[in-house]
Amino acid sequence: MTAAKVFRYELRDLRRSRWIVGYTLVLLLLTEALLRFGGGGPRAVLSLINVVLALVPLASIVFGTMYLYGSRDFIELLLAQPVGRSTLFAGLYAGLAVPLTGGFLLGVGLPFLWGGAGDGAVAGPLAVLLAAGTLLTLVFTALALWVSLLFDDRAKGLGLAILLWLAATALYDALLVLVATTFSNHAVELPLIGLTLLNPVDLGRVLLLLRLDTAALMGYTGAVFERFFGSLLGIGVTAIALVLWCVVPLLLAHRRFRRKDF
Amino acid sequence: MTEAALAGDLTLPRTVVSASGVTKSFGGVHALRGVDLSVKAGRVTAILGPNGAGKSTLIKLLLGLTRADNGLLAVHGTVVGSDPAYRAGIGYMPQHARFPENLSGREVVRLLRDLRGGAMPEDDELFDAFGLAAELDKPVRTLSGGTRQKLNAAVAFMFRPPLLVLDEPTAGLDPVASSVLKAKILRVRHAGTSVLLVSHVLAELEELVDDVVFLLDGSVEFQGSLRRLKEATGEHRLERAIARLMQRTRP
Repeated sequence: MTAAKVFRYELRDLRRSRWIVGYTLVLLLLTEALLRFGGGGPRAVLSLINVVLALVPLASIVFGTMYLYGSRDFIELLLAQPVGRSTLFAGLYAGLAVPLTGGFLLGVGLPFLWGGAGDGAVAGPLAVLLAAGTLLTLVFTALALWVSLLFDDRAKGLGLAILLWLAATALYDALLVLVATTFSNHAVELPLIGLTLLNPVDLGRVLLLLRLDTAALMGYTGAVFERFFGSLLGIGVTAIALVLWCVVPLLLAHRRFRRKDF
Repeated sequence: MTEAALAGDLTLPRTVVSASGVTKSFGGVHALRGVDLSVKAGRVTAILGPNGAGKSTLIKLLLGLTRADNGLLAVHGTVVGSDPAYRAGIGYMPQHARFPENLSGREVVRLLRDLRGGAMPEDDELFDAFGLAAELDKPVRTLSGGTRQKLNAAVAFMFRPPLLVLDEPTAGLDPVASSVLKAKILRVRHAGTSVLLVSHVLAELEELVDDVVFLLDGSVEFQGSLRRLKEATGEHRLERAIARLMQRTRP
């Protein structure tokens, strides 16, 4: 299959990229450090949550956007071959998302593996952490693809990519707090849940904290979620919302890619 | 109709690229305003024109990199549309080729072979003539601009496509490599390949070109053989003939 061929060569290109290697190493060192000096498995997982929620989206969207702008000529080379656009699109996305996911899984997973922290207390939360990180990688590489097709100008694209990351990790939370405090006399639980669904990073956080039974730690929205959905349903809803967060940007990007003038 | 006339009909050059009423604008700027064109098979056709005349837009439309707003464009009798299969018949050498930077030349070759390799034995003449063998195992990122351009050229000829589209093929090549490439263009043309050439170096085109398409402001200003162009303008050199054409259209 043609998409698989594109994927394979892009994978080979990216595997040798210093950025991906660096990303993996940073995660590896962080995780190892937290495991050694942060007071053991369960606490390391908790500390890693914030790392994963901030670093994974940043690396995915910035690296993804940069790589796609850098490979504009490669894309044109492939489009001049008997390769359809949808096929190439699939190959490009997979070729970007898979190495980034791989780097994340290796970087966070390996220290736990050789640290022998595979006991029951850590395995469950770690699995959710890895799943949330994977989903966030898929979401933010899809966004990277969309951003890089939105602007031909690399500087604008990179700017929007960083803005999106900032909005998702910091600005949005500020907005939520503002809404919650402004309307504190009203029943804001449902609107807050709705607003949380609109931010992939919040979704990731909710997913993690629900599973770790520390929903109270994340304050208002976490408690609301816990109460409203209960753990299992909450996890289902957030996971589905995250998948949508991946599919919708991909569909938008795909539409642009099919019509784009290169 | 006599047999001789029939035979004459059969030996008429076939059309390899045809365009009728092709328009394209980018955000209100008209790059092509109704291009009608037919490129004959088995000949070297130069697309000439000043900057912004629409040369690269035309090439990109041909390859499906860009979609036309109106009009019909066909390559080897297939209308350029959503089916990418017709591109198996085109070897494209872009003006600046950049390959995935961590791949080696050999891997780029292998990728293209995977995508379009057929039963036909490959043409690796340019790989030998350019001495690329020693460079193929290095990452493309470490190659010099000239070497990359040689790889770019070698790859375009590799699959023996019936139509070659070469965008400023000698730009960035040293004189030796440039003459190797020109000799190669003439050789494949004699073997029946059609060549579409965009270049600014008019003097060097003179020895290669059979037909000329002159674009100006998005329209075809002249189309015909090089000899007819010289007759029509009363000039003996391509450069002067083009200058005359431009004077005529811009009083």
